[in-house]
Amino acid sequence: MNAFKDAGHLFRFAGLFVLAFVVFLLIRGYVVPKSFGQYGHYRGAAIAEIGARPVKYAGHEACETCHTDQANAKSKGKHAHVNCEACHGALAKHADDPAAVTPVKPDSAVLCARCHTATAAKPKGFPQVNPADHSNGVPCATCHQPHNPAIADAGGAK
Amino acid sequence: MNLSRRHFLVLAPAAAIAWKAVLAGTPEQAENYKMSEHWWGMLIDDPKCIGCGNCVKACATENDVPDGYFRTWVERYHVEDEDMTNPQVISPDGGKEGFPVAAEDAGKYFFVPKMCNHCSDSPCTQVCPVGATFVSPDGVVLVDPKYCLGCAYCVQACPYGCRYIHPEKKTVDKCTLCYHRITKGLTTACCESCPTGARQLVDLKNPKDPIHEFLKTHPAQVLKPQMATGAKAYYNGLDGSVR
Repeated sequence: MNAFKDAGHLFRFAGLFVLAFVVFLLIRGYVVPKSFGQYGHYRGAAIAEIGARPVKYAGHEACETCHTDQANAKSKGKHAHVNCEACHGALAKHADDPAAVTPVKPDSAVLCARCHTATAAKPKGFPQVNPADHSNGVPCATCHQPHNPAIADAGGAK
Repeated sequence: MNLSRRHFLVLAPAAAIAWKAVLAGTPEQAENYKMSEHWWGMLIDDPKCIGCGNCVKACATENDVPDGYFRTWVERYHVEDEDMTNPQVISPDGGKEGFPVAAEDAGKYFFVPKMCNHCSDSPCTQVCPVGATFVSPDGVVLVDPKYCLGCAYCVQACPYGCRYIHPEKKTVDKCTLCYHRITKGLTTACCESCPTGARQLVDLKNPKDPIHEFLKTHPAQVLKPQMATGAKAYYNGLDGSVR
């Protein structure tokens, strides 16, 4: 045992290593989030956090649960596949609390022209007009019902 | 137990740190949504695009995208004299307010909506030094803003130019495929507001999704297939001059 007479300082040194390792584990446990590595080399909880952001577009199903008359009118016309919020804008707040948020009626002169202004870049089959020539400043909604835009009197003109 | 002041000073901070780690807890999961049952992608039926910019506006509204930055944008191609290698491409304000009227008989014009391709072997996630961007188990390329350093390696790695540094948060921002919507059974904001159905959210793991039949019967392709990114934004009827 004489050889290890002075072993005390070795144990102290080993103790220092053990302490350093424990400190490392504690710091690691503190800085690495629990969900890191849950699905891969990233913080798994981030997926749920991104998924928890609030929705602003309610989706046409939400609109159609109340506005059945407009949905019916729309389903018969050329705009059947245009969703409500494509024209009316993001209205999840209105869908959550219809009394608190009243949607603003879109200005048809601006709205219709956004899609239907004639330009050579648009697909040939898409109905396009030059707004100035077509209506001379008269709002589109004077003749066309936006939910079913074909004019019945003109034999369903496109 | 004799606890000296010396030992107490060592143990107290260590115990505090350990307790914080215990309190961190487990993350909350979205109800009724199983990540393993989905593999999301996007179908862009290019000949249907009329360049109205509705998708760009809806994306900016839904995701609070700052002005001048785009998670999705629309480009207008102009191919003159059948010169396929030199198309003139414009995208004023990302196409948000539409495009200038194109002249008749001046060659071929068409619109191409662009967005994150949600690649399954995405170069952007591979270069992240801290694991802040990743492909989720349901195939969406996401950014963890709490982990992102803002080093912008991924911005330069994306072959499609779909990422940017958020001017206020100083972290990377990009299309999340409206992850907060699709996990609740809704479609993306751009698909919801597209008036012609040029954009469609697709779930490649859903056997009933019409995308499977569509891909068999249409000449759909992805952008930059030679880069083998495993892109999942399928373009139908794309012109040969698009890059």
